[in-house]
Amino acid sequence: MEAVSGLLHGFAVALTPANILWCFVGCFLGTVVGILPGLGPAATIAMLLPLTYNMNPAGGIIMLSGIYYGAKYGGSTTSILLNMPGESSSVVTCLDGYQMARNGRAGAALGIAAIASFIAGTFGVVALSFVAPPIATFALSFSSPEYFALMCLGLSLVVLLAGTSLLKALLAMLLGLWLASIGTDLFTAQARFTFGQASLLGGVEFMLVAIGVFAIAEVLSSIEGGEETQMLPVPKGLRNLLPNMEELKACRFAFLNGSITGFLLGVLPGAGATIASFISYGIEKAVSRHPEKFGTGAPEGVAAPEGANNADTGGALVPLLTLGIPGGSSTAILLSALILWGVRPGSLMMQDNPDVFWGLVASMYLGNVILLLLNLPLVPLFAQILRVPAYILYPGILGISVVGAYSASGRLFDIGLLAGFGLLGWLMGKLKYPAAPLILGFVLGGAMERALRQSLTMSQGDVGVFLSRPISAGMLALAALLLLTPLLGAVNRWRMRAVTQNG
Amino acid sequence: MGKALLRDGDVISGAVLAALGLYIFLQAHQWDYSGPDGPGPGFFPTWYGLGMIALSLAMIGQKVRKRALSGLAAGKGAIDWNAATRGFGTWAAFTLSVALYRPLGFTLSFALLTVFIVAVIFRRPLPTALATALGLAAAFYLAFAVALDVALPAGWLGF
Repeated sequence: MEAVSGLLHGFAVALTPANILWCFVGCFLGTVVGILPGLGPAATIAMLLPLTYNMNPAGGIIMLSGIYYGAKYGGSTTSILLNMPGESSSVVTCLDGYQMARNGRAGAALGIAAIASFIAGTFGVVALSFVAPPIATFALSFSSPEYFALMCLGLSLVVLLAGTSLLKALLAMLLGLWLASIGTDLFTAQARFTFGQASLLGGVEFMLVAIGVFAIAEVLSSIEGGEETQMLPVPKGLRNLLPNMEELKACRFAFLNGSITGFLLGVLPGAGATIASFISYGIEKAVSRHPEKFGTGAPEGVAAPEGANNADTGGALVPLLTLGIPGGSSTAILLSALILWGVRPGSLMMQDNPDVFWGLVASMYLGNVILLLLNLPLVPLFAQILRVPAYILYPGILGISVVGAYSASGRLFDIGLLAGFGLLGWLMGKLKYPAAPLILGFVLGGAMERALRQSLTMSQGDVGVFLSRPISAGMLALAALLLLTPLLGAVNRWRMRAVTQNG
Repeated sequence: MGKALLRDGDVISGAVLAALGLYIFLQAHQWDYSGPDGPGPGFFPTWYGLGMIALSLAMIGQKVRKRALSGLAAGKGAIDWNAATRGFGTWAAFTLSVALYRPLGFTLSFALLTVFIVAVIFRRPLPTALATALGLAAAFYLAFAVALDVALPAGWLGF
């Protein structure tokens, strides 16, 4: 009953006035960035990360996580009203959500999205509360070889589902590993890849890479795209935002399907909310008595993907908090935030930092309630954000990016690097290189090299150490199997279909 | 086909990454690969440098083979630089504004960048651009420098 006592402790942390406020701020900001197309949670968390340096770690992670899962709630609004997903995980919501809105059921579609998000989001947190402790206990037996194998496994899962080209995903990951190597080698004090710049001896700050590759690159891509769209009218009044009984009845299975599919796929690093939303939509359509209604405004076509992309959040936090392995860009930035505050995610986090671990988990119960309250009656208000002209929004994002990067180090050199990473992220987007493997390579690179070198030092250079230990050998075999999966025609066709629809 | 290949984004990026991989490998070669205490600083970069070279060459090879087999139309897969002008122009202006932080400071440089984005990229009238720049710059200064006491890059004028 470690979970129950942990949760009670977590609620004591999460329900302090300051942490309730941070939870509200995170959920509010998350809803706003979810609604805004072109600004994602990863970019927002990266931009705000420097401003949380002086915060209490529990308050900081509660707020940043609120942005992460709040964006999933908000993402459906533009899918339904504009046929333009605010987040990639809301792409599939466009199919039936926009059609419902065109049929005069915009309010019901928004209501179903909010209710599905609440049910599945809460399911995800409950599952996280009870699944995380046994996994963390299991991970206590890990040593350097197991950690190295675990990181190989995490990276192999990510590159499989990261984009249309496995080669490009792998190259992006190697680029991330290289960026992580820049600076002074901690074992020998050898300066590596510093180009004679003293400013690079301490390495490249994670947030410069994250803000550049996400925030700056997203602004440049959005400015380049420059699409104008027509928003459908937003219904006013709570009554008009509630689905009728018939619609709710149609969504019963979709709520359950979205919750379970989303959580299970969320646990797998690399699968992500987008894949989860597509799969849950596919399941819903496959088991429906009226599959022909999908795409014409079926309420369950909104409930299943919206539920899945919210349940995914709880799942994604399982490997992050218990193993220190992020499954995507946003969780990679959360990992970096925890490390910056001196909290080491992994098997010992529950024991060493119970306030942060259980405070975060408990705050997510509260956050889901806050988001339901924000997203049902206040949707018409949030939709007004879409009326902020792009020519005001984009310079504002560039300004916040600079302030965030500069406030961390106070060095103009870092702002120059930020501009460089912005160009890199934009070019990667144009050339269809996925950004997530680069970020994960960067985040895991240092720890991966350390684990590799410690393991080989332990074994006096014998690489057999990775194969002679059952857990490490099992994880490496699984990683190799996953990397070879694209060679299996049927599996690769499924992967490509999911990724292509995603894009 | 040769010219079209040279304009292909995958081929160009593959060549750049292969060159980077070679640079990483050559740099790593100068550091200890292994020492008395285990692997040295050159160990890990050697392997991912080699990996980068191999994967980049594989990507270029894949592209060449695809073109040879399917006879892809010339220009397909090439980067559309015309469409990229707005994005690249914004990046260049942003970089220039960063370079101006030392003499002008954040507030003035940011206002100039905003004028450029609003008037040139979004083609709005100059008074709109000036009003937006003034409003945003003032909002940033008041919110961060005054209210939150966050340090902003200061120029010769002291702000």
